[in-house]
Amino acid sequence: MAEEIRLMKGNEAIGEAAVRAGCRAYFGYPITPQNELTAYMAKHMLAKGRTFIQAESEVAAINMVYGASSTGARAMTSSSSPGVSLKQEGISYLCGADLPAVIVNVARSGPGLGGISPSQGDYFQSTRGGGHGDYYTIVLAPKGVQDAADLTYEAFSISEKWRVPVLILADGLIGQMMEGVVLPPPLDPAMFPRKPWAVGYAAEMGRPYNHVTSINLVPDELEAANRARFARYEQIKKELIRYEEIDVEDADLVFVAYGTSARVSHGALQMARTRGMKVGLFRPITLWPFPYARIHELAKKGKKFLSVEMSMGQMVEDVKLAVEGAAPVYFYGRCGGNIPSQEEVFAEVKRLLGK
Amino acid sequence: MTEKTFMAGFGGQGIISLGQLWVYSAMKEGLKVTFFPFYGAEKRGGIARASVIVSSEEITSPLVTSADSVVVMNQDSVEIAEKVCKEGGTIFVNSSLIKTDPARPDAKIVHVPCNDIALKLGDVRVANMVMMGALSAVTSAVKLDTFEAVLKSFFPASKHSLIAINIAAVEEGKKAVS
Repeated sequence: MAEEIRLMKGNEAIGEAAVRAGCRAYFGYPITPQNELTAYMAKHMLAKGRTFIQAESEVAAINMVYGASSTGARAMTSSSSPGVSLKQEGISYLCGADLPAVIVNVARSGPGLGGISPSQGDYFQSTRGGGHGDYYTIVLAPKGVQDAADLTYEAFSISEKWRVPVLILADGLIGQMMEGVVLPPPLDPAMFPRKPWAVGYAAEMGRPYNHVTSINLVPDELEAANRARFARYEQIKKELIRYEEIDVEDADLVFVAYGTSARVSHGALQMARTRGMKVGLFRPITLWPFPYARIHELAKKGKKFLSVEMSMGQMVEDVKLAVEGAAPVYFYGRCGGNIPSQEEVFAEVKRLLGK
Repeated sequence: MTEKTFMAGFGGQGIISLGQLWVYSAMKEGLKVTFFPFYGAEKRGGIARASVIVSSEEITSPLVTSADSVVVMNQDSVEIAEKVCKEGGTIFVNSSLIKTDPARPDAKIVHVPCNDIALKLGDVRVANMVMMGALSAVTSAVKLDTFEAVLKSFFPASKHSLIAINIAAVEEGKKAVS
């Protein structure tokens, strides 16, 4: 039977999608603007007899994720910017131990305690590992409630496939906004195959124990483990890169924008098109791996780029890396919890195109 | 068809419920919707606002910055209504509480005595539903023909006794502007 369309907040839709993806254990700690997600998990994980723990801190929550994931369970935590900063040590450990996990950041404005309004100021932290050591996490950026549900649902299997944590990078608007959503079919965690790398599994099979850890004091061994992980990253880059393009082919100027900024830029695109200006939109869905090659290809076709962000300019650096000097790259941003309006983004388009 | 509505009032006037019921009804009528609320950190009072869009097409920016219609429920929100309404847009004024019209000669001003009508029906808390009836009648964006079913799923069973007065409020709101 086809699923009915439901009106949900982004935070709730992420929660329901995780439950349906067979999330076996959720660990959280309250912070605005992602509280509805933790509250949703408290109600629905416990109702299904799964694990929900409101930890004593964000640090505790991410380390509980490490523990649960070590056993092969689908595990998740969520927070907002300052809380995600606190989780970085644990995320580094997860990556070092090659453990899957889903981490949701419903980002707010910073730095520091900042404000509770939406922001995209966590781009650098999200796409450059975020904690100490050589590693990346896969980063998925939803543009609305349906997308947030779909990407969260898929994040669990992507993370397990690559044994790399997946970060869902949303923002306060996507978390708080309500839209219609059709939810994916529920999976039963009891039906998942056992993980040969997980703690406990080896003993059952009469094999030597599995030791899940990130520590290795032998430099050559640690280097080999890092190189193996980076070889996997190269494979991820080949298979996982995703983006959406709107009216890009004939465009003179292409917005590069993700999440909420992509929605606003799409509005500005429509304003420009009705006035005869050839503007397109390139929306990265995977922020890591970033779609460098496709942007480079567009740059070589003579297009200009305008990176629109709710930050002082972070993704624009990746756009420049992609373009490699082949085309002009401009930036327009608002920060501090302000969201650009489509009118102000359109005004910037007019200025750049000399209209 | 796209109708972008900005709703503004005082905490407790039901701005958030009004926005949610408007988009819920629109969704049941087959439209795409977005609802983005913002309100102060106050437990009671303070500002309550919502960006509300219903459309037959995919919705781009969920922020309403140039509104086709503005709902303004209290005097303090008149100023924001003046700013956010697009050229030639419609401003719905709760004339029970607002005594000075928005200074927007280009806009169509629709007066709806929401509190007075709600009090006549027996409960001032349905003033927001009176406004929703008026919004529906004037914009035709959301017909509200599935409203009873919407209320049945919106309210928990313990509140189903309030469905009748909410429907009556919507009907009175429609009549007030016809």
